[in-house]
Amino acid sequence: MIIHALWFGLLGVMLAVYAVLDGYDLGAGAAHLWLARSDAERRIVLNSIGPVWNGNEVWLLAAGGMMVVSFPRLYAAAFSGFYLALVLVLWLLILRGVSIEFRSKIAHELWRALWDAGFCIGSLLLALLLGVALGNVLRGLPIGPQGVFQGTFAIMLNPYALLTGVLSVAVLAWHGMNFLRGKTEGVLHERALRWSSRLWWAALLLALGTTAATFTLRAGIGFNFARAPWALALPALSLFGFAWSQTGSGDAGDRRAFAGSTVAIIGLLGSAAATVYPALLPSTLSPAYSLTIDNAASSPHAMITAFIANLVGMVVVAGYSLYLHRLFRGKTRLGRHAY
Amino acid sequence: MNSNMVIADRLQFAFTVMFHYLFPIVTMGLGFFIAWLSTAHLITGDEGYARAAHFWGKVFAINFAVGVVTGIPLEFQFGTNWSQFSSFAGGIFGQTLPLEGTYAFFLESGFLGLFLFGEGRVPKVIHWLGGIGVAFGSLLSGYFITAANAWMQHPVGYARDAQGNIHLTSFWQVMFNPYVGWQYAHVINGALLTGAFLLAALGAFYLLQGEHQEFARRSLALGVLAGLVLALLQLFPTGDGVGRNVVKYQPAKLAAMEGQFRTEPGAPLAIIGMPDTQQGALLDPLYVPDALSFLAYGRFGARVTGLNDIAPDLRPPVEVTYYAYHIMAGLGTIFIALMLLGALLWWRRRLFTSRWYLWIMMLAFPFPFIANEAGWVVAEVGRQPWIAYGLLRTSGGISPTVAAGETIFTLLGFMGIYLLLALLWLLLVGRVVMQGPEEGSAA
Repeated sequence: MIIHALWFGLLGVMLAVYAVLDGYDLGAGAAHLWLARSDAERRIVLNSIGPVWNGNEVWLLAAGGMMVVSFPRLYAAAFSGFYLALVLVLWLLILRGVSIEFRSKIAHELWRALWDAGFCIGSLLLALLLGVALGNVLRGLPIGPQGVFQGTFAIMLNPYALLTGVLSVAVLAWHGMNFLRGKTEGVLHERALRWSSRLWWAALLLALGTTAATFTLRAGIGFNFARAPWALALPALSLFGFAWSQTGSGDAGDRRAFAGSTVAIIGLLGSAAATVYPALLPSTLSPAYSLTIDNAASSPHAMITAFIANLVGMVVVAGYSLYLHRLFRGKTRLGRHAY
Repeated sequence: MNSNMVIADRLQFAFTVMFHYLFPIVTMGLGFFIAWLSTAHLITGDEGYARAAHFWGKVFAINFAVGVVTGIPLEFQFGTNWSQFSSFAGGIFGQTLPLEGTYAFFLESGFLGLFLFGEGRVPKVIHWLGGIGVAFGSLLSGYFITAANAWMQHPVGYARDAQGNIHLTSFWQVMFNPYVGWQYAHVINGALLTGAFLLAALGAFYLLQGEHQEFARRSLALGVLAGLVLALLQLFPTGDGVGRNVVKYQPAKLAAMEGQFRTEPGAPLAIIGMPDTQQGALLDPLYVPDALSFLAYGRFGARVTGLNDIAPDLRPPVEVTYYAYHIMAGLGTIFIALMLLGALLWWRRRLFTSRWYLWIMMLAFPFPFIANEAGWVVAEVGRQPWIAYGLLRTSGGISPTVAAGETIFTLLGFMGIYLLLALLWLLLVGRVVMQGPEEGSAA
C-alpha cells in the first residue's frame, strides 16, 4: 500500500535529518577532547552546539514515537529484542545530556574535566552504537516467527556491524569538525581544519570499504538498484558530497565542507534505505520472517491520520529550526549567558 | 515466571516515571511563572521582573536537562518492556505520542535555547516570545502525554476486528477523549500549584535569611496569591471533574480509592481509616455520612458500588490506591489552608514579618511534589489489572522476550544513575539559590 511506502520515506527523512543535525553535535563531542585543549576552547565548542543540541536530539525521539504509530510491530520487536543495547543507548544519552548541561555550572578544574570526559565518551559510544545498529539492519539479524529476535547481545557486535560503527564515528566526527570550522576562529579553527581533512580521508576510505563489505556479505544487494536505477543517484550523491566538501577556501570553504558532509550523510543513509527496502528489519533465518513495511504496519486509517498530523508538525518544526540555526549562526563568542 | 516479569516491568516503569515526573512538574509550574514575570517586565519595564525571570530560568534549565534525559527512557520502555501493548495498541495509543515530539517538544527545547542564549541577540519582544514559547511548549507537551494516558484509562476511537486486533476509527476521539479534559486540567493545575509553592518557599527562605529582600517579597506574595487560587482550583472544579470521570468510567478504582468495601446507598466519605482487605472493612474510620454518594452522584441517597460487587481478579490493589488517594486529598486540603492563611497575613500586611509562617512555607515545598505523585499513583495503580482499561490486561502487555532478570539488572542501573542525577540536581540548584537573583553571570 502506498501509505506504507510513504511512512518508510518519512521515517527515513526523520532519521536522516537526525543524523545530520545531532550528527554534528555528536561528532563535535566525540572529537572535542583532541580539538579543544584549554577551558576557553572547550567552552567555544560547547557553546557552538549549546542552544541547538537538545532540539537536534528531539528528531530521534519524534522518530521513535512515529515508529510506534506507523510500524508498531517493528517498534515492539526491535526494542524488546535489542533490550540491553537500547538501555545502553539510554544510559549514554543521559550521560551525554548532563555532561553538556552541567559542565559549566561550577568553575572547578576537576568538575569540568569530569564532564568533558563524559561528553566525549557519551558522544563517541553513541555514534558507534548508532552505526552498529544500522550495520545490523543492513546485514540482517536472526529474526524468527512473529518478529522475535533469536540472538544475543554479542551477535550484534559482529565484525561487519563494528565496521559500520567505526564508519559512523568517522563520518560524524568529520561532520562535527566541518560544523566547528564555521563556528571557530584562530588556532581552534586551524586545528578544526586539520582534523577535518584527516577525517575526510578516514570517512571516505571507510565508506568505500563498507560498501565493498556489504556487496560481499549480502547477496542481492543490487536488486533494488537494478529494478530502479534512479536509486543509484543516492550513492552518487554521497560521493558528490565528499567531493564538494573539498572545494572552496576561507569562509566559503568552511560552508562547503559542512554542506558537503551533510549531503554525504544523506546519500549514505539514503543508499542504506534503498538497499533494505521494503524490509525494515531483514531476517537472516528466512526472508519470510523479515519485518517489512507491510507486515509491521498498523491499520491504514491510523497510518494516514498520523502521517498527516506529523507531516504538518514537522514542516512547522523545520521552519523554526531553520530560524534558530540562523539566529545562532556565525562564529561562537563567549557571552554573559554562555555555557 | 510470567508474574515475575510483570512485576519487574511494572517496578521499572513506576520507578522511572515517578522519578522523571518530579522534573516536568517544575518545568510546567515554573514555565508559567517565568512567562508571567517576563510579561510583567515587558509591560512595566521594571528590571526586577527581568532578574526574577532570569533567575527562575536558571532553575528551569537545570530541571529541563534532567527532565529530558529521564523522559527518553519512558518512550523507549513502551517498546523494550511493553512490546505486546505497543504491538496491540500502537496505531491508536501511539497517535498522540509522536505529536508530543513534533508539536510540543521541539517548541520547548528550541525556544529554551532562544530564551537562555538569545538575550541581546534578538529584540526584546522576540526574547519574551521565547519565554512564552517555552511555557506553552511544556504545557502542550503535558497535553499529549495526558491524552495518551487518558486512552489507557478510557480507550476510545477504535474498533475490534474478527481476530481481536483493534484499529483506529477516530483520531479526534483519541485526541479529545472525554476522560482527558479534567485530567489534564488537574495535572497542569497541580504543576502550577507546585510552582507557586516553589516561589513562596524561596521568598520565605530569603526573607528569613535577610537577603534579596525585594525579590523575596515579590516571590512570596506572587506564590501565595497565585497559590491560593490554584489550590482552590485543584479541589474544584478540576479534582471534582476527575472524580466524576472515575465514577462514570472506573467504578472499581472509585471503590478502592474510597475504601468502599460494600455496595450501599447513602455511602459515607471516609476521611481517615485503614482498609483491611482480609476482613473487607475499613478499620477505625472517621466518616462523613452520605457524603460519598453526594460527591459521586449529587444525591445523598445514591447507591455506590463497593468492592464486593467487583470480581476479585478485576479489583485494583486496594491499600496502595486508598492511601495514595487519601494522602493526595489530605495534602490538597492543607495546601488550601496554608495559602488562605498566607493571603490573610498579606491582607493584614504581616506576611513578610510573620517568621513562623515563613518557616512553614520554606519547609512546605516538598509536599506538593508528594501530592502530585500520589495522584498519579491513584490513576495508575487504581487502573490495574488493566493496561488499557477493559481492553488489555497489564500482564498481557509485557515483552515476552525480556527476562525478569534483565529488567531487574537495568532497573538497578537506573536507580544508581538517578540517585546521582538527584544529587547533582540538589547541588546545582542549591548553588543557584545561594548565588541569589542579583548574580548576573551563569558561568
